[in-house]
Amino acid sequence: MSGPGTFAAARAVLAKELLLERRAPQTLVAMALFSGTAYVIFHFALQRDSVSGNLASGVLWVTVLLAALLGVGRLFVADRDEGGLDGFLLAPVDRTALLFAKTLTLFTFLLALEIVAVPLFDILLLGPSPGIGDWGGVLLVLVLADLGIAVVGTLVAAIAVRTRSRDLITSILALPLLIPVVIGASRATAPIFAAAGAGSLPGRWLAVLALYDLIFALLAWALFDFLVED
Amino acid sequence: MSAIELDGLARRYGDRTALADVTLTLEEGATLIVFGPNGAGKSTLLRVLATLLRPSAGHARIFGSDVRTEGWRVRGRIGFLGHDALLYGDLTAAENLSYQARLHGLRDARERIAQLLEAVGLTARADDRVHTYSRGMVQRLAACRAVLHDPPVLLLDEPRANLDPAAAELLEPLLGRASGRTRVVTSHDPAGGLAEGDVALGLRAGRPVLLRPAADVSAAEIGELYR
Repeated sequence: MSGPGTFAAARAVLAKELLLERRAPQTLVAMALFSGTAYVIFHFALQRDSVSGNLASGVLWVTVLLAALLGVGRLFVADRDEGGLDGFLLAPVDRTALLFAKTLTLFTFLLALEIVAVPLFDILLLGPSPGIGDWGGVLLVLVLADLGIAVVGTLVAAIAVRTRSRDLITSILALPLLIPVVIGASRATAPIFAAAGAGSLPGRWLAVLALYDLIFALLAWALFDFLVED
Repeated sequence: MSAIELDGLARRYGDRTALADVTLTLEEGATLIVFGPNGAGKSTLLRVLATLLRPSAGHARIFGSDVRTEGWRVRGRIGFLGHDALLYGDLTAAENLSYQARLHGLRDARERIAQLLEAVGLTARADDRVHTYSRGMVQRLAACRAVLHDPPVLLLDEPRANLDPAAAELLEPLLGRASGRTRVVTSHDPAGGLAEGDVALGLRAGRPVLLRPAADVSAAEIGELYR
């Protein structure tokens, strides 16, 4: 019997992941609540009504990164607890399909989170709000950074799910690996959030983010089979 | 061609030997019944055959395909029923089977799913989430998952655990000798196991200590394995 193609299998897993989250919302709700709480904490800790420039950019990306860790930590939970990983591994499909599907799942969760978290950030903390056109630049940075977080997050989650200290492993591995994403994304959005008015999007940092995404996508593709084997 | 060929098959977890030196041949349509106390290596044997664990040494072939190098081909030919149901509790029975059907590349699986649910008496609960099921019902649904793609080989780890006699009878056409499939079945029931097996394998500490036609083995010999 021949199995489905890689993309057909990835579509099946992605559909299942989204159905599970819709059926019993846990990850997205936790990520959104965390983001809102983090903004309140930043508001009081910084003792400022609004932030702009580098500080605003840093607040946004630290919040997104830490909220993303919640999603990374839960990425394989249902598979581990209910045997779904073995269920997938028993199917005659290329195991890379799981990498594609889980990366897309986390990427979708991050975008969904940001639909709530970025406007909330604008309302609660951001100083002068950028113009509508400048938000297009922010969106581009969000997409590039989310891709990097999703790829690295999936890789780390696949390593952590096989260990007993998975929560520790997730944070210990993911945070250092994602430092370049935070640097690139915060440098890229800082001019847009400047108090003196939105500056132009620095192409150099967009290129850094795109290169990071490419390198880790190739690394994940090369390693993933090995990681999900026994 | 033999359905299953094992040649010096071994599996270690670090320094611990879970399975060692298993060599046997099983003809198509035959049943290998595997006995042994807890930790003897029965589940490890099944997981190696299912490609969920890599052999540490030796070879295992299913219909000529090596589990180590041709896992993709092997996975399309086996149905695995282990201690875990491999089902998502927040999905319904129909959704779980539909997901597995997509992973196996089955077209028009709706009819096949309906037939299987009917066969195990779960049609009325097809749209209920699995976490609302009793353990026996979950086991019946797991049996549907294992045979959904009509595999010629079944790997069954104590398949009647959690089942009452009526439910066990319900699963007989799917998992039993009547299914016509080649089967590797683990059991702790000497009399029942020997009755349904063609070849008996006894394991102790991962090593084969008994390998004979089931008809030539007595329940007392199997009992000795557990002492």
